[in-house]
Amino acid sequence: MKKQYETVIGLEVHVELATKTKIFCACSTAFGGAPNTHTCPVCTGMPGTLPVLNKQVLEYAVAVGLAMNCEITRYCKFDRKNYFYPDNPQNYQISQLYLPICRNGYVEIETEEGKKKVGIHEIHMEEDAGKLIHDEWEGCSLVDYNRSGVPLIEIVSEPDMRDAKEVIAYLEKLRMMIQYLGASDCKLQEGSMRADVNLSVREVGTEAFGTRTEMKNLNSFRAISRAIEGERERQIELLEAGNAVIQETRRWDDAKGESYAMRSKEDAQDYRYFPDPDLPPIEVDESWLEEMKAKQPEFREGKMKRYKEEYDIPEYDIEIITASKCMADLFEETVKLCGQPKKVSNWLMVETLRLLKERGMEPEDIRFSPSNLAKLIRLADEKVINSSVAKEVFEAMFDNDMDPEKYVEEKGLKTVCDEGALKKAVEEVIAANPKSVEDYRNGKEKAIGFLVGQTMKAMKGKADPGKVNEMLRGML
Amino acid sequence: MANVISDETIEYVGILAKLELSGEEKEQAKADMGRMLDYIDKLGELDTSQAEPMSHVFGVRNVFRDDVVTNGDMCEDMLKNAPGEKNGMFIAPRTFE
Repeated sequence: MKKQYETVIGLEVHVELATKTKIFCACSTAFGGAPNTHTCPVCTGMPGTLPVLNKQVLEYAVAVGLAMNCEITRYCKFDRKNYFYPDNPQNYQISQLYLPICRNGYVEIETEEGKKKVGIHEIHMEEDAGKLIHDEWEGCSLVDYNRSGVPLIEIVSEPDMRDAKEVIAYLEKLRMMIQYLGASDCKLQEGSMRADVNLSVREVGTEAFGTRTEMKNLNSFRAISRAIEGERERQIELLEAGNAVIQETRRWDDAKGESYAMRSKEDAQDYRYFPDPDLPPIEVDESWLEEMKAKQPEFREGKMKRYKEEYDIPEYDIEIITASKCMADLFEETVKLCGQPKKVSNWLMVETLRLLKERGMEPEDIRFSPSNLAKLIRLADEKVINSSVAKEVFEAMFDNDMDPEKYVEEKGLKTVCDEGALKKAVEEVIAANPKSVEDYRNGKEKAIGFLVGQTMKAMKGKADPGKVNEMLRGML
Repeated sequence: MANVISDETIEYVGILAKLELSGEEKEQAKADMGRMLDYIDKLGELDTSQAEPMSHVFGVRNVFRDDVVTNGDMCEDMLKNAPGEKNGMFIAPRTFE
């Protein structure tokens, strides 16, 4: 019988924190600056400079740790991880090895077999590296240190996951919790969330772990799934052929759908960690910890419960809306302004989700403001515009976040209330469509729909269809 | 000299430090490192079972900075520290993965 294999997966997830400044200096973390315009002697590793910890970094790290049920290390330190590479100007990365800020936590994920806990081994704080650009022309590399010193947390899981689905569920859970905390936007494509996959296989029933490999360069959930499937197959093939899996770091090439070993012998990995003497230790006392605990926001579970009590909207809507902090905020803000939870929920559930899907966007990319959505709802409520015009205005608002009142005014989209104009249009439609008129009079209910459509067309969509229907019936 | 540094060790340390040493320099470094380790071994003669490991010289803790941007664009000054510059970036030896 063929051997059955089990996949064992642990994740190292790097998350870029949403601070305004870097971890050890007062340079901006803003994206998109010209090369090296957000740098200073500290983050370019000049000798004699002194790094000073950004307090917000520690508070975000603790907040994430608390959300993931971790023990907070009350006395923690930074260490130097030594390696030479041009993206790392100090020749060491400031990180935490011996006393990471959070340890021994877990997050709960939903799997096909029900709830499952994935252990969090530790969460530590560290700094990001610069960006290397390879100059083919000159045969050299160019370095931009704007990202050097941007704060990261690395969340290291236990090897508790068994397939790609569990990994994706875990990452989605992490992303949602961190977004709820406002600690990061967690965008895989933009690199503010990066996952390295540690994977090994073993025969079903065995206790001991197989030799693992680490896979890097995974920048979408799809790439992660594919890389997991690919690496599992590769390792099983090696074992079946009687070869050993080599412990190594591999780089995933999503275009080719395969991975290759990254490090050569010349890049021996020996980081010679030691405590960083420039950064004094951190002591988190009871009162500070309590203060941070008190600041934890309402998470999804709490929101779902509260929505059920406060708003009369379906449970399915609640689930979708609370799955993203942005959606939930947008929902709550808009309801506060217009007081109509059901209608706000409908706009989010139907049109917003449709457009997000069509445009290939995430809820985090939504640009329109709660006040504009509230205005649109009011315009539709007061029948200033009809429902199909409202959809058209919504789409424009979704793309450009403009004021719907002004837009309706400028484009002349208001429903025509002029009875005379409407009456004239109806009369013309009746005159032009004798066949349908006859069908209606002979009891064909459907014919009225056609006549309403023709009238709406004649009115360029700016009539209230209910009223047109009523008028048509009256005149026939 | 109690500690003897092997050829393999000096080779390995050379790779980590990105240094290319001549035969003569290797012999010199082996002798120097051996003596350094001998010196460190002296510490082993002391009873440190009661001593707290020390990572920092000063007794300060919790030195923080508020999350406020106070640095402006210092690109020009920073590039003065670069071994070479192109398009606002530091020129570094060619690297590839």
